[in-house]
Amino acid sequence: MVVTLEGEIDLQRSPAVRKQLMELMFDSRDVVVDLSGVAYIDSSGIASLVEAYQMARKNNSRFVLAAVSQPAMRVLQLARLDKVFALAETVAAGLKA
Amino acid sequence: MSQSSIVVENLNTFYGSRHILKNVSLTVEPGEIFIIMGGSGSGKTTLLNHLLGLLIPTSGTIRILGKDIHAVSALERQALRTRMGVAFQSGALFSSMSVGENIALPLREHAELDETTIGIVTRLKLEVVSLAGFENLMPAELSGGMIKRAALARAIVMDPRLLFCDEPSAGLDPVVASSIDDLILRLRDAMGMSIVVVTHDLDSAFKIADRICVLDKGEVLALDTVDAIRRSDNERIQNLLNRRTEEAEVDPDAYLRRLMGEKERSTRFGPQARKGL
Repeated sequence: MVVTLEGEIDLQRSPAVRKQLMELMFDSRDVVVDLSGVAYIDSSGIASLVEAYQMARKNNSRFVLAAVSQPAMRVLQLARLDKVFALAETVAAGLKA
Repeated sequence: MSQSSIVVENLNTFYGSRHILKNVSLTVEPGEIFIIMGGSGSGKTTLLNHLLGLLIPTSGTIRILGKDIHAVSALERQALRTRMGVAFQSGALFSSMSVGENIALPLREHAELDETTIGIVTRLKLEVVSLAGFENLMPAELSGGMIKRAALARAIVMDPRLLFCDEPSAGLDPVVASSIDDLILRLRDAMGMSIVVVTHDLDSAFKIADRICVLDKGEVLALDTVDAIRRSDNERIQNLLNRRTEEAEVDPDAYLRRLMGEKERSTRFGPQARKGL
């Protein structure tokens, strides 16, 4: 399943993002998160991705960040999370991974 | 063109009869690292306190992220506050709280996030400032450099648009000071925040600044890029850059008044103007 995040993921929006991702993870769904349209993501948004990824690992399901926009990638790199998440260049590549 | 992060126009302030800031005007642009430099008593800390909204100016205006900080409602000021982070010179960590609790405090006070998210964000910030695993220590157990980094982690925990750092490398050894500089640069590059740094550390200023504002006796002596400041032929700037001391001018009347213990005449705009943002 592809989840598309767009625009600004900040303190206001991240609780809803977390809820959506966690519901999918509870169902042990394989998820590709399309981040190509993310103009800004703050730490609370990143934390939602971390929590979902950790749950996917526990459930042996897949959780891939795909087509990560430059602003999102800079934030991931700041905390060296680009070395932690499964990343794919494109959504199509993420689905195949 | 995007809106300036800070606009100061004709700022004047007095402590008693002393004219501390004299017609200070400046702007800080989004994503800019802006250094405020000057010797002791130049007014840089007073300027910082004005930018934080802790003092009321005698005259002039200060706009932070598009808002006049002395014209907005209490609610707007509160919202503005959540978009600003401050790393104080002393760290100003709460000694009764662990490092992790200190860093999480702004999130608990100002955001509606669940505890799992707060915990992850707190530990993320500790990773960013290279303090991973120190969340359960108390501030008294940290070294000077670690306190500075913990203070920085707390200042950025809300991902502010505007970050203020007061003497971030003061009292640190050169290697640790340099690592703080690198961290400031990485924060700006990753988060795009505007960063105002008050410092008298020349090496640090030249390493991280986009522009430098040199204050001298309350006046803006120069406001320019690093290269332009280095090339300046202004004697006072060169004295500052080359660490040359200046003989203070003697005002015989004021000197005698001080020796006789006579009080200064006006207290109109004294420290009682202090006001919490």
